[in-house]
Amino acid sequence: MQIDLTDQPIDVAAVLQAAESAEAGAVNAFIGTVRNRSEGRRVVRLHYEAYPPMALRQLARVAEMAQEKWPMLRKIAITHRHGTLEIGDVAVVVAVSTPHRADSFAACEYIIDTLKEVVPIWKKEEYEDGTVWVAAHP
Amino acid sequence: MTITVALFGIAREIVGQPSIALDAPAGQSAAGLLAELRSAYPGLAGLRSLAVAVNSEYAADDVVLHERDEIALIPPVSGG
Repeated sequence: MQIDLTDQPIDVAAVLQAAESAEAGAVNAFIGTVRNRSEGRRVVRLHYEAYPPMALRQLARVAEMAQEKWPMLRKIAITHRHGTLEIGDVAVVVAVSTPHRADSFAACEYIIDTLKEVVPIWKKEEYEDGTVWVAAHP
Repeated sequence: MTITVALFGIAREIVGQPSIALDAPAGQSAAGLLAELRSAYPGLAGLRSLAVAVNSEYAADDVVLHERDEIALIPPVSGG
């Protein structure tokens, strides 16, 4: 398992490589990038804030939970970026490897979905006329 | 006892500083801390969720806080 939090651009190829295994026939990755629109508003850039020690702890916990649900997982690599990101920048990469592809899709989806629910990282969208902390209010 | 609470994201903006030191009664629970902070900073009560973390783990309502714990307030997360 390789877990990382960085304020530098993510080396996507390096994360994919960290998930490779000779025992796996499938490497599956989710790459989250910064989109230029949100709920009809034009997004200029994003600001990600993290609580680093807890974010790393919770990322590791998500990977552990995935490993329990999919014991055939060979490698798991997750890197999340924080700081200021421009449109098109890579914010997160999740990569997993399994012997067969169906498990790799399911495990990768589980990891990114769970990450978004539990890992203490916060996204603030910047528009031309203001900013909003995403999902903060009902 | 004095506890220090680290603040992030919108919680940091509502309170206006990155951490706060509070006088808390011995045996203060995570739920007790939340109630106190929501009352002191009404903006926190309007959030979709608010959790307490103790030593990098989410704390259940009845977890008792200690002076040397690393305590943080976790507003709704939005990573990914």
